[in-house]
Amino acid sequence: MLAIGQVSKRFGNGTLALENITANVAKGEFIALLGPSGCGKSTLLRLLAGLEAPSEGSIIWDEGRRPGPGDIGFVFQDATLLPWADATENVFLPLRLLGRKRAETAGIVANALAMVGLADFAHARPRALSGGMKMRVSIARALVAEPLVLLMDEPFAALDEFTRHKLQEDLHALWRETGKTIVFVTHSIYEAAYLASRILVMSPRPGRIAADIATSIPEGADRRGSKEYVALVAQVTETFRRVMPA
Amino acid sequence: MLERAAPFAFGAVALGLWQGIVTALGVPPYVVPGPIAIVSAYLSDYEVLNPALLSTLTVTFAALAAATTLGVALAVAMAASALFRAAIQPWAVILQVTPVVAIAPLIIIWVNNPFAALVVCATIVAFFPILSNTAAGIAATPAELLDLFKLNGATRWQTLFLLSLPAALPNFLVGLRISGTLALVGAVVAEFVAGSGGFASGLAYRIIEASYRLEIPRMFAALVLLAVSGIVIYATLGQVERLLLRRRDGA
Repeated sequence: MLAIGQVSKRFGNGTLALENITANVAKGEFIALLGPSGCGKSTLLRLLAGLEAPSEGSIIWDEGRRPGPGDIGFVFQDATLLPWADATENVFLPLRLLGRKRAETAGIVANALAMVGLADFAHARPRALSGGMKMRVSIARALVAEPLVLLMDEPFAALDEFTRHKLQEDLHALWRETGKTIVFVTHSIYEAAYLASRILVMSPRPGRIAADIATSIPEGADRRGSKEYVALVAQVTETFRRVMPA
Repeated sequence: MLERAAPFAFGAVALGLWQGIVTALGVPPYVVPGPIAIVSAYLSDYEVLNPALLSTLTVTFAALAAATTLGVALAVAMAASALFRAAIQPWAVILQVTPVVAIAPLIIIWVNNPFAALVVCATIVAFFPILSNTAAGIAATPAELLDLFKLNGATRWQTLFLLSLPAALPNFLVGLRISGTLALVGAVVAEFVAGSGGFASGLAYRIIEASYRLEIPRMFAALVLLAVSGIVIYATLGQVERLLLRRRDGA
């Protein structure tokens, strides 16, 4: 679906954030960009979104089409909802910016909220929602315009462990149902192992891809307990031991 | 509860002491009038003082409206263009730090209509807090939300009206509250400078007039009216702030 070709990113202050990144993203993949702080994984995500331009190299989308308005769904580390708008208004926002009419998209918005399990909170303001629920609204907002790809920047990092597990399970199930292409930035080995179909391990200063690991953990309730999961976590941990500077 | 009553209790004690000392020492009212003399001055003069208050408040609110329009418009323009911001900001600060007392005589000469001249002076005093607070609020719009708007192809106007202005509302309201009392100060200062050459009807003019005639209780009565007006403006705008923010973000 998109090809990242020898991409480097140097910031204005001279810091080399990314060096020679090459990777392909296929339609329907769930890719985890996994690495420690400062490895440039969020920067790579912003490059994919088109929010910043690479200093060198190219990001080429299928058939040379560049993503237009609404083609990128983005979920930030904080839910970043509009505090003055209820859940429905917040989810409707991207459609509104794209010039769609409220009346004819009411069903789409309601579906998006139902998909993240918030059908009963359609008219709740962010202040009345818990951290996990706010993040669910944020995910619904990112999906409502049917983007080509869903980019997520450590969306669950600020949540408590129980909420995080539940959201991980729901996101994984949502991906299985919809087949949406997802690129998910995280610094948690466990999160990457649980969620993704493929893990790109990144090493810091400058950010490079250190390993590209396809996962094969059986689906089902004991996904976190399966021996494949345990083995994958061990494999990724070992990879970091090799590539991390002492 | 006790803390809410405390300022009133303190005020009552202070007024009682004031009256007691004035009475006990036999201080004549043309030097320091007691509270009773002030109240009776108001009661005998309210036919003059009330219209004067109304006149000063008219100038105050006209200036506050002008300051709001000007302040918000400049803040939006400064957020939209870095060049405009660079060009305007130092001049806005210069206008703010120049004492209005020093500019007022010029304005009163230049602006023919005395009412308009007073409003211009009071606006100059009042607009800066609205400008700087609103500009700070717009500048503090979360970067992620700006990215989100960009990813969905938002126009400049959509970003302004659906994001930046609502996000800046709390800051704007803080600025408005400060500007409300400054507008009153500005109106009074302008009236003082204008003297009888101005509108010749506001409370400040009555204060000057009373001081010439050594009608000290009347001066105090006018002063009390100004102080009460200031408190009422400040408290009302504070209430407006609470109400609007509660409506905006839900209870």
